[in-house]
Amino acid sequence: MSTATLTGEAPADTPAARRRPLRPARVVLHLFLGTVAVGWLFPILWAVLTSLRSYEYTASNGYVSLGGWTFDNYLTAWRTAEFGKHFLNSLYITVPAVLLTLFLASCVAFVIARFSWKLNIALLGLFTAANLLPQQALLIPLFRMFTQIPLPAWMSDSELLYDSYWGLILVNVAFQCGFCVFVLSNYMKALPHELYEAAMVDGASVWRQYWQVTMPLCRPALAALATLEVTWIYNEFFWATVLMRTGDKFPVTSSLNNLRGEFFTDNNLVSAGSVLVAIPTLVIFFLLQKQFVRGLTLGASKG
Amino acid sequence: MSDLPLIQADRAVPPPAATTTTRGRGRRLRLLSRTDRVVITLMVLVPLLLVVGLVWLPAAATVLLSGTDWDGIGSLGEIDWVGLRNYDDVVNIYPPFVPAVQNNLLWLAALFVVATPFGMFLAVLLDKELRGSRFYQTALYLPVVLSLALIGFVWQLIYSRDQGLLNAVLGGQTDWYGDPHVNIWAVLVAAGWRHVGYIMLLYLAGLKGVDPSLREAAAVDGSSEISTFFRVVFPVMRPINIIVLVVTVIESLRAFDLVWVVNKGRNGLELLSALVTQNVVGEASRIGFGSALATIMLVVSLVFITLYLFTVMREDRR
Repeated sequence: MSTATLTGEAPADTPAARRRPLRPARVVLHLFLGTVAVGWLFPILWAVLTSLRSYEYTASNGYVSLGGWTFDNYLTAWRTAEFGKHFLNSLYITVPAVLLTLFLASCVAFVIARFSWKLNIALLGLFTAANLLPQQALLIPLFRMFTQIPLPAWMSDSELLYDSYWGLILVNVAFQCGFCVFVLSNYMKALPHELYEAAMVDGASVWRQYWQVTMPLCRPALAALATLEVTWIYNEFFWATVLMRTGDKFPVTSSLNNLRGEFFTDNNLVSAGSVLVAIPTLVIFFLLQKQFVRGLTLGASKG
Repeated sequence: MSDLPLIQADRAVPPPAATTTTRGRGRRLRLLSRTDRVVITLMVLVPLLLVVGLVWLPAAATVLLSGTDWDGIGSLGEIDWVGLRNYDDVVNIYPPFVPAVQNNLLWLAALFVVATPFGMFLAVLLDKELRGSRFYQTALYLPVVLSLALIGFVWQLIYSRDQGLLNAVLGGQTDWYGDPHVNIWAVLVAAGWRHVGYIMLLYLAGLKGVDPSLREAAAVDGSSEISTFFRVVFPVMRPINIIVLVVTVIESLRAFDLVWVVNKGRNGLELLSALVTQNVVGEASRIGFGSALATIMLVVSLVFITLYLFTVMREDRR
């Protein structure tokens, strides 16, 4: 940014330079932000509240009431929708997909950042753009392709890429790679190039430069991306809905649809199910909030 | 600013500094051993094959298939080329098409006119030094970690006809998710709820990256806070403004999960993405026809993706 002229004249950042806050304006501001914040939390709080009340009580007293506290909705929802199984499915998909995405993306990012070739920009564009395409635009050929590619029976009982964890993991990796390549290559370009010169003097191979020099320095970016990717792949709904068939194999986010069919008339159960599904992401949100925000703002693309 | 993150937000973890231009990296390539060259090739080739094979080739195949009459059953050899007939059918004899385009545009308009500016506005407010700012921020972007599918269920508790909060409070009998006159608005509120937090987050990070001395200089010149924002801060944030614009467009084009969990994108909730999906996994699989719909999405998204790439790559080179 060409702000050099302005910067020179601006007063140094002393507390005195700050405007004194106008009291009434501040009060209005806090009132406004407070109202918005509570309004924003409300749907989630409402779901938690509803999930903790029995259907019989709310059916007779209405939802705008208090009482009928119970924990049974969670037990029933867990049992009926077989959340245990679906959470495991999500785990089988999310963990390998995130690890593979970070590994492959960091490889490409390393090459882009380490060597300057004419093709680098094209390569970066190819990866980044892939992440932004609407998934539905690829659905038809991909769906056909997955139903044609055989897998050995020990890999998937469907014996096809379709309706297998492998297929789902691959699609997620292919889609998420672009975002991670973009973020990581920018991060790696900012590393001082002298590091590699020193490593080369020591006779380190390209692989060792990647694995032992670059990767350890990228830990903050990798942590942020891992947080973000876990959330996204866990939340992924579309591919699992269209590329899986066996209900038992659905990850938890897409198995939500079954929940509705079964519990259509019992919103208390629906809310308990929703809270259960939200818990992993909420835990990530509260424990790793910093990583999450950093990951998003590092890349700033993505939906 | 530029270089590392598009939005240089978190100063807590600055990237190791110093990016002077990299001189003569290419020349050193010749010094690489054979093993190194093999390793480099693999490092690029494996991910590249995956992305080309699972993203770009299917995208190209979609465009090709949109010009054929393939029903998905016969062998590829029997495919006949029909030119633009599928597009003609989509536009002229497919009733859900027009509502879908309208809904996608409405989605875009709602996010662009209401949710995005509101998110930016909140970011500007939260950028001040403010007590409790952390709490406000956390509350606002909490919905961002939830999947849109889940959000559909969370809002069902409010919209449901018999058990929903909204009808309980208003005393009405509206089926907010079911009634084709209102359900798109109901869904948009839920989508906007998430979008506001997302934009707030992106924009706040951008604002933190703005050189504070700019604002101080403007204040010294006697510029009011509002005019400082519009005349100084907003123009400086041009790259982030473009990113926010692109994110908004892409989000409204990709909108899918929310309407799919509500009613699979029918009855007032038609969206292009849902129509494509219905044509593939639904009862009637009309490949050429669905591909024409998908190609339309693809073309629109590519326009904005290109805009996005130009923006971020230019930032990158500076």
